[in-house]
Amino acid sequence: MSATEHRRECRSIAAWLFTTDHKAIGTLYLGFAIMAGTLGGAISGYMRLELAQPGMDYVVNGQSWNALITAHGLIMIFYMVMPALIGGFGNWFVPLMIGARDMAFPGLNSLGFWLLPLSLIMLIGSLLVGDGTGTGWSLYPPLSGIDGQPGPSVDMTILALHLAGISSVISAINFVTTILNMREDRLPLFGMPLFVWSILISSLMLLLAMPVLAAALAMLLADRNFGGAFFDPAGGGDPMLFMNLFWFFGHPEVYIMILPAFGIISQIVSRFSGRPIFGYPGMVLAMASIAALGFIVWAHHMFTVGGGFAPRAFFTLASMVIAVPTGIKVFAWIATMWGGSIRLTVPMLWALGFIIMFTVGGTTGIVLANAGADQVLHNTYYVVAHFHYVLSLGATYAIFAGFYYWFPRMTGRMFPEWVGRLHFWCFFIGTNVLFFPMHFLGLAGMPRRIADYPDGFLGWNMIASLGAVLALASTLLFLVMLAVSLRRGALAPRDVWGPAFTHEWDDDPEMARPRGTAGAEAGA
Amino acid sequence: MRGRGTVFLGFVSAMMLDARHGLAQAPANWQTSFGVSASETKERIVALHDHILLIGVCIVALVAMLIGFALLRFRASRHPTASKVTRMPWLEFGWTIAPVLVLGAIAAPSLQLLAYESDIPDAQLTIKASGHQWFWRYSYPDNGGFAYDSIMLPPASVPAGEPRLLAVDNRMVVPVGAVVRIQVTSSDVVHSFFMPALGLQIYAMPGRLNETWTRVEKPGVYYGQCNQICGLNHSFMPIAIEAMAQPDFDAWVRDAATRYPVVSAATISAQVAK
Repeated sequence: MSATEHRRECRSIAAWLFTTDHKAIGTLYLGFAIMAGTLGGAISGYMRLELAQPGMDYVVNGQSWNALITAHGLIMIFYMVMPALIGGFGNWFVPLMIGARDMAFPGLNSLGFWLLPLSLIMLIGSLLVGDGTGTGWSLYPPLSGIDGQPGPSVDMTILALHLAGISSVISAINFVTTILNMREDRLPLFGMPLFVWSILISSLMLLLAMPVLAAALAMLLADRNFGGAFFDPAGGGDPMLFMNLFWFFGHPEVYIMILPAFGIISQIVSRFSGRPIFGYPGMVLAMASIAALGFIVWAHHMFTVGGGFAPRAFFTLASMVIAVPTGIKVFAWIATMWGGSIRLTVPMLWALGFIIMFTVGGTTGIVLANAGADQVLHNTYYVVAHFHYVLSLGATYAIFAGFYYWFPRMTGRMFPEWVGRLHFWCFFIGTNVLFFPMHFLGLAGMPRRIADYPDGFLGWNMIASLGAVLALASTLLFLVMLAVSLRRGALAPRDVWGPAFTHEWDDDPEMARPRGTAGAEAGA
Repeated sequence: MRGRGTVFLGFVSAMMLDARHGLAQAPANWQTSFGVSASETKERIVALHDHILLIGVCIVALVAMLIGFALLRFRASRHPTASKVTRMPWLEFGWTIAPVLVLGAIAAPSLQLLAYESDIPDAQLTIKASGHQWFWRYSYPDNGGFAYDSIMLPPASVPAGEPRLLAVDNRMVVPVGAVVRIQVTSSDVVHSFFMPALGLQIYAMPGRLNETWTRVEKPGVYYGQCNQICGLNHSFMPIAIEAMAQPDFDAWVRDAATRYPVVSAATISAQVAK
């Protein structure tokens, strides 16, 4: 079939709306993540503009500032990182890697995706109606209660998160069922690619964590609208109950985001070192133990709420133990390269960037795990630096790594190599200039979530904003490259990255076009 | 990771500056580490932080060097045939055990510090700090129970030498060298009582009375800010603590007792319940 016909089919809106094909849905998730990421990035650009100098020059007031930072956090977590890593790459490649024809529940898969745009519309609506949700993504009551945020915004945010949660649970059920039941003959669990393992473990975590968030949000909704007092001391409730519930979800959530990133990095490091991953069983067990430990460390987000020695000592020790399985992963990636035959392609470049930057973020995580030291670090920019090193320089690098790696498989086309490298170096320098000075600001005591700061914090904030310019510019470069490559990119050769160890590359790249959007396979 | 080293060096130079200037408490531009330490707690925190940072810098340097070396030594152009080995039990055992030992070296001093912070010594003075949107109210139950509000000075009326957004109309005042018990609560949303120079931070939670302590070693004015998002003016809710010698403190108390209204226990508990 001709390229013209192909394009015509792809443009058919109905085909995209009603598709149940895992590849088409994966593409939808990725497109959605790119759009949401652009929105979340634009908001962060606005935030850095405000913070580039002291004074409140751009935002209307503190409430709209708070609403923006809340939207930035929620958009990046629920509508960018998770849809890209789990919905996008998971849908595309889990079935291909395990030899399944599609996901176990294709219709449910479609539902899971289409809940997300609805959810995002609801969240954006919460910014436009009333005063916005000025609580931070952690939504602590009483600030998120009806007295703290009287308008409808918080209710809309809660419903948006409920929808996103339902979407996540649906897709998690689908992944678990698919991976456990639809592996092709004789593919044992311990023969699955690490990316499949990472999606399986993340999905199991989602099934445990999401309902807890849903419960907390439902209680908050009841407090706000139906005279509840779950979190209201005057009615016998306690805000700390919300904190416990939120972080019982919130901490596993960060591993839900990072495990698929680990999976992608494992595939890429192995491929471009020309050998299977080193220490495979250890890698699987490391992910499993990170997931298990992830459920018993939540109170390290609450070291300053007023606990005594024993609980804080427990959560300090439990949090630090996570460094052990994480260390196993980093060392195994290095060991895979050691003795390998390394090709420093664009995806490999992003993967190496991930490993080093994630190690930096992990190290500051060890610092923060100590309840004793956390007294001066909690809620400061040190924390902002830490979680952007693991998410903005960690998870996001992994998304780009996976995107460049699988781009020829997904589109049948190649991107210009030099643009990929330029994008990497600009983003690498930009994000480091943006986030590294935040460690200094945090040590100096700058609280997070403030719209204006004492003049002594000016210097590093200015530098951070300059870094943001470079990071955002490189993201624009990526978007332009994407638009051009999708239409005009050179056709990808069959063995574009050399010999593969996984099965998603088995069929012809010409078949990359999503099955659900095509009329017939004839001529392919 | 070169940057991590900079933090460390920056810390050393910042400490030297602190030693020379004595009482530069407000954050300064291009500061790369903690500001002044005015309590033993803070000094211990800084020591633990530096201990962990040193280990962290070594870990990041090790990872970066291994990757750099692998890139040089095992590039496809120099090493065309990849090894087929995928298991080395002794090596995997080693890189599982080594981090455990390193973590042990962190955990021991960390728990000591935590115990030091958690164990409140016999206090000579109790001060209550109550968070409100968007100011703090300090009361002195041991000194007759007077209470007053501490509100950020608008930028236009900040006196010369005092920092914008940190200067307040009425500071919390403590005697130098005395163990002060600080009770923290909130009348509305969650706030956080954060005083970096003293190594102090604890949430102000509605419906709860949290307790912490400090002993300020050096006289001076120390600044902090509310450190938990608390609505419209979260950015404008500073904390200023002035530490003075005991006789000066006694004089301040005599004056304050006449200037500020007494808040009875009943008023306070009504406030907490609200």
